[in-house]
Amino acid sequence: MTPTAVAESTKGTEQTALITGSEAIAVACKLADVDVITGYPIRPYDTVIQYIAQLIADGEMDCEYIVAEGEHSQFEIVKHASTVGARVFCGSSGVGWMYAFECLTVTPALRVPMVVMVGNRALDDPGAFGVEHNDALAVRDLGWQLVWVDSAQEALDTALIAYRVAEDRRIFLPCAISCDGAFLTHSQAHVKIPPQDQVNQFLPRYDRGDLLLHPDNPISVAPQANEDWLMEIRRQTAAAMDRSMGVIREAYKDYEKIIGRSYGNPFFEEYMTDDADIVLVGMGTLSTPVKVAIRKMRQEGKKVGLVRVRWFRPFAAEELAKSLSRFKGIGVIDRDFSLGSPYASGVLTTEVRTALYPAAKHPPIIGFICGLGGREVTVPDVEKMSDITFAAAAGKAQPATQWIGVRE
Amino acid sequence: MGRLFAVEIVYRGIFQKTLAKHISRAIVLAAHREGKPGISFGRYGDSPERNGIPAKAFAIVATDDITLEEGMAKYEPKEVDITINLDDTMCKGVESWAWYGLQPINRLLKANGTLIVTSREEPEKLIAMCHRKEAPYKLAIVKGIPSFSGLWVFKDDHTDVRVLGAVARVLPELFSIESLKQMILDDGENPLKATSAQRSYERLTTVTVKPNQGNPEKPYEFELLKWTEMRDGITIPAITPGHAMKDPVTGQTGGFQPERNATFKKFSTRTMRPVVNFDTCIKCTLCWLQCPDSCFDVTPEGLYDANMVSCCGCGVCEAVCPVPNCVTMVNEIGFSDNAGQWEMWRKDKEGYGTWLKDKIESHPVRSHGFRYRGQYEEQVPEALAAAEGD
Repeated sequence: MTPTAVAESTKGTEQTALITGSEAIAVACKLADVDVITGYPIRPYDTVIQYIAQLIADGEMDCEYIVAEGEHSQFEIVKHASTVGARVFCGSSGVGWMYAFECLTVTPALRVPMVVMVGNRALDDPGAFGVEHNDALAVRDLGWQLVWVDSAQEALDTALIAYRVAEDRRIFLPCAISCDGAFLTHSQAHVKIPPQDQVNQFLPRYDRGDLLLHPDNPISVAPQANEDWLMEIRRQTAAAMDRSMGVIREAYKDYEKIIGRSYGNPFFEEYMTDDADIVLVGMGTLSTPVKVAIRKMRQEGKKVGLVRVRWFRPFAAEELAKSLSRFKGIGVIDRDFSLGSPYASGVLTTEVRTALYPAAKHPPIIGFICGLGGREVTVPDVEKMSDITFAAAAGKAQPATQWIGVRE
Repeated sequence: MGRLFAVEIVYRGIFQKTLAKHISRAIVLAAHREGKPGISFGRYGDSPERNGIPAKAFAIVATDDITLEEGMAKYEPKEVDITINLDDTMCKGVESWAWYGLQPINRLLKANGTLIVTSREEPEKLIAMCHRKEAPYKLAIVKGIPSFSGLWVFKDDHTDVRVLGAVARVLPELFSIESLKQMILDDGENPLKATSAQRSYERLTTVTVKPNQGNPEKPYEFELLKWTEMRDGITIPAITPGHAMKDPVTGQTGGFQPERNATFKKFSTRTMRPVVNFDTCIKCTLCWLQCPDSCFDVTPEGLYDANMVSCCGCGVCEAVCPVPNCVTMVNEIGFSDNAGQWEMWRKDKEGYGTWLKDKIESHPVRSHGFRYRGQYEEQVPEALAAAEGD
């Protein structure tokens, strides 16, 4: 796949290209005609920046491309660009994302609809390159919309949908697309690239309206305010997040109508759940070994299904609880950890437990910590987790949290 | 339920911050000697690190722990037994840098509570500055100039113990003068400080302020918006551009008066204000240019009129003015309103000249902060004189 091939793909008919998840997001940036992009190298996020640089160098894409001196500046630059009406893109990985944390915290309340990619990477130390979800999850309480994808195709489609949702005037909240390091960022697959005219139809221009920082609209942004204003400001951000689920639903519907690709329920994917006794729940690319293992186990008569969570924020708690409460056991696979948390679970497990609390039926939930630092989640790992979940479903006492695939 | 006592100390940042803290702590410590528990704190929403900005400290004391909790379960007391005002210019009101509007100095005082003010002025003058209150209260004056003793280094001028002596006098149930003196001596402080506390205790006179006696002005206030009424994105509309000024005599228009913040004013954030001699002004623009608060309105004839909505009394205009005695900083105690000076001058130049001369000559005390080295030492005799030899 060369950038030239991408150019050809935008002339009115859908084209197919062999690209990585990062490259798919770069193509989405080009299709979305992003105005300002900032970059600072960190593996695996740098793959998207390299590809965008090439698209610009080859004359395929036109945007302000700023190499910042660090992640903090990277996010500050796009934050400011967004307030003056530019469509923006940036991102990072692991500790780079953490270095930008101050900017990440201010972005939701300022209602900046920045779309970013987090190439999920373990937090230092040790300086591992591989995937862990703790980096992106660090902003989970702050007003960021967070979505996990499991294929390059989904990365491209979700990036376009993310712009549509984030830049909706009802929302104006940032959105981070999480792509598992290596498995998605460095792995090429065939991706269908929608034609430009369809994207233009799907994605209206970014209109910041009354919040536009411009001499014709004189406003002050982010004045210092104390306890007599702060709760109202937080309440406004919360209201925007509350509206997000509806807008996401609309966007997926329109994406299907205009682009022709459907993802069913936007918030989570269900695989072989119709007759399942137990399900595994997870996010990101571990869906592949889980699906393979499920097919294998089904041949052995074990009725296992998968629920892959896409949108972590907003979290589709009611819908997920409705779905999950119909199974006899639930195993949640976390590619992250939350040390000292309730039952020492991973983050996703705790969220799933909380979502299920008001449900009428409470299947046992076992949390699994697995695949940290990019360690492979193997088919036997998945079988083991399923067996444990089956045992819990049968009423056998099991530890609430179990580490899988760790040498012991 | 036992008895709850609350005392607020109104002071000016930064020069009186440590002083206010000393007083607030000493109230709690003195009461503690009599077995009463208490707490001391500064109002967190204030900006007391800023020069001259009004701020508050509180002391809450109770006869028992459970009653004390009643007083602690609030951000700050809703009513107080005593208000201590450490700078008499704040009798005009208190504008914290938090969003409280203009709070009358006596706003939190309970009926028959006491306002203690350090001042050289007579009660009548201070009562006229304080906003009217429906309930009666008492005014006690600790004679003295506004103390600087709370700057970074505590310059002890005995203001703390003199105020505390007054507290023991007006509210002996809180702590007795004996407990106070014993606390001072036990702390190994200068024994003269116990003497100062005793003298202040003995000499204090109070007057009763009758209902609705005082300043009839309705203090400006505003409603905080609901979250559904606020702009989102933490954005606020800019203040709109200004407009030309109109000469009250000729009707001529010209110059420029900036539009100003409708809810955030600086009436009581200053201890001094500039008075301008328009007859000697050479229109050099320096005051207008250097004013950090854009407080100068440009008149149709190109003069510069300090607008009291925006002036925080920093004195930069006086410092940069190249004409001798053209801009003079005058203590706020000499003013009862915030009227424009240029308009007064245009209507009656001779009358304005008399007014200007009177303001400058009658109120030479400069109290706004620490202006130059040696200033504190220079003011010691004046402070002593004000305290009548205390």
